[in-house]
Amino acid sequence: MTLRAALADRFAALGRLARTTAVRLSLLYLVVFSAFTVFLIVGVTHDAGRLVTRQLHEAIDADVEALQDQFRDGGLVRMIDTLDDRGRRPGAGLYYVVDTAGNPIAGNVGELPPGALAADGDDDDPRPLPYVRFENGREVEHVALVRSFRLDNGFQVLVGRDLGERDRLRQVFRKSFRYVVVLMVVIAGLTWWFLSRRVLRRIDQVSAASRRIVDGDLSGRLAVTGSGDEFDRLAVGLNDMLERIGGLMRGVKEVGDAVAHDLKTPLTRLRNRTEAALAGPESAEAYREALEATLDESNALIRTFDALLTISRLEAGAGPRDAVAVDVAALVREVCELYEPLAEEAGGTLVAEIAAGDHILTGNRELLAQALANLLDNALKYGRDANGVPTVVVSLAGSDGDLARSGGDRGAGGAAPDRDRILGRFVRLEASRSAPGSGLGLSLVAAIARLHRLDLSLADAAPGLRVTLAARHA
Amino acid sequence: MRILIVEDDREAAAYLVKALREAGHVVEHAADGDDGAHAVTTGTYDVVVMDRMLPKRDGLSIVQDMRARGDVTPVLVLSALGQVDDRVDGLRAGGDDYLAKPYAFTELLARVEALARRHRPGDVETSYRVGDLVLDRLSHTVARAGEDVVLQPREFRLLEYLMKNAGQVVTRTMLLENVWDYHFDPQTNVIDVHISRLRAKIDKGQDKPLLHTVRGAGYVIREPAK
Repeated sequence: MTLRAALADRFAALGRLARTTAVRLSLLYLVVFSAFTVFLIVGVTHDAGRLVTRQLHEAIDADVEALQDQFRDGGLVRMIDTLDDRGRRPGAGLYYVVDTAGNPIAGNVGELPPGALAADGDDDDPRPLPYVRFENGREVEHVALVRSFRLDNGFQVLVGRDLGERDRLRQVFRKSFRYVVVLMVVIAGLTWWFLSRRVLRRIDQVSAASRRIVDGDLSGRLAVTGSGDEFDRLAVGLNDMLERIGGLMRGVKEVGDAVAHDLKTPLTRLRNRTEAALAGPESAEAYREALEATLDESNALIRTFDALLTISRLEAGAGPRDAVAVDVAALVREVCELYEPLAEEAGGTLVAEIAAGDHILTGNRELLAQALANLLDNALKYGRDANGVPTVVVSLAGSDGDLARSGGDRGAGGAAPDRDRILGRFVRLEASRSAPGSGLGLSLVAAIARLHRLDLSLADAAPGLRVTLAARHA
Repeated sequence: MRILIVEDDREAAAYLVKALREAGHVVEHAADGDDGAHAVTTGTYDVVVMDRMLPKRDGLSIVQDMRARGDVTPVLVLSALGQVDDRVDGLRAGGDDYLAKPYAFTELLARVEALARRHRPGDVETSYRVGDLVLDRLSHTVARAGEDVVLQPREFRLLEYLMKNAGQVVTRTMLLENVWDYHFDPQTNVIDVHISRLRAKIDKGQDKPLLHTVRGAGYVIREPAK
């Protein structure tokens, strides 16, 4: 690998690192807090400096006033005494007195640069002045804040205070700022470490798990640590979603298998019949017969597909479309009236028992009617006694606003273990394989019930089967 | 009758055109959405058969435009989408009837002819007469050869619909839709049982039956051949 390629590689790795949330958050933290700290330190230093300067001003003004008082009360000698006395105190200020000719006559400063004394005699405010001071035998340059004034005898006096204290204060602040910056870099580093180790690792785990699921392992689930934090809630939510998707996928697969299995039979029949007709005698009548049978078989196939499509669409939906307030009593009466002649033709009875009161259900009238029609159709087909006579009772009971519709019937009710299976698609109990029908009727009822939040249950009515559709309490 | 077929599947369209012509109608064909939209604006038809999913333009949008222009030509919407919701969409867009693919030609023919009749002006008769069978829509009475026939309300509506379309085939689904207002597949042919009940009341003991079963299509009520 050439050096250039190696460098490019290193930069790419850096780029990836810079794109991680941890690095971005840490950098952001660092920048924001540094800015705040700079602002804070500059502000505090500035204010503290001003405070110190003002104190110096006050001290100088007090000195000036005291010296002027001394001069007024005791003349030059007393003033110089006081001046010498003050000048010898530790941490004393600057004192300097010159006569009218400019010769120094007293003070604790060796030499002052030219222009140190105000030309016109009096300073209104203190001003900074560089000067040289002997410390341990060495000349050290200092800056002082000074104010000079003229005495009545023409002598000039200079009073000052060294600014070293203010500068030392500033240095203390600057030093502490450096400590704070180092501390912040350390905290940013810790933040980055925490985010990348703890938080981002969880996110990476979620990404990795999703990747596995996307790659086809639908049974995979996200890890839940049990800490109940945001990641756990996210994982639980995603797992629920995966469960639902898995359920739908299983449904699709079941339909696929069922379609393959159950639809192949009529398709094979169709094909064989056509083949037999082509191979058989060339008579118009035989052809006609074969074509008619083919047409019937195709129609049955189309119905099966339609039912499958309807069920899939209902199962995918969240609620009924075009929902209106449906008068269930009227609906039960209508559908029973539609099917009553079928029962009568078979020598049986179809009775509707409707409890008094309003029976209103919000839903799709067409779908509810279809559900009831399918139940009645099944009841009339399978709810027959030994003599083949169907007896079907539909009762609409309303208790506490609860709507219940049941297609109770008597006959081959289905053995208990078969009852749950009945609701699956294409399930037709072996005993009834010979009766016409796609085997989708009850699945459709179940899908419509789910869409309308009705609980569908099957129970042994001894004899017969009781199908109950109960509205869930809101 | 002038019929426009807007359908992009060539084979299906050719079959429809041929069969409708054999049934004695004048048929025009548009093969995509733009052609269809052009045809309905320039031509005059008794019925339009509109496929829902067309190249270039959606069939339902053409129907919506027609209705927006005030064009009341009856439209039969054809679609591979056959669910309750799809049907509602089709009728909301302004379609007069909806037929899901695949369909039997007899079903389509019966519906097209029923649409054309429904649209014909002056169709507010107060009574229908077929042979010696008379149905009075105002007094809700039916008489055969001068003798009163007592019918249940639903039987009356069944007969009313058949007589309104006298001489024309009506299919089982048309009866379920128009007499019961249900659009689902009842699995068992419940309609047949209702028809045989009705037949027992109006044709029993008569030497010339009026209500006939048309094999593979549906039912028709018509005057006995002279």
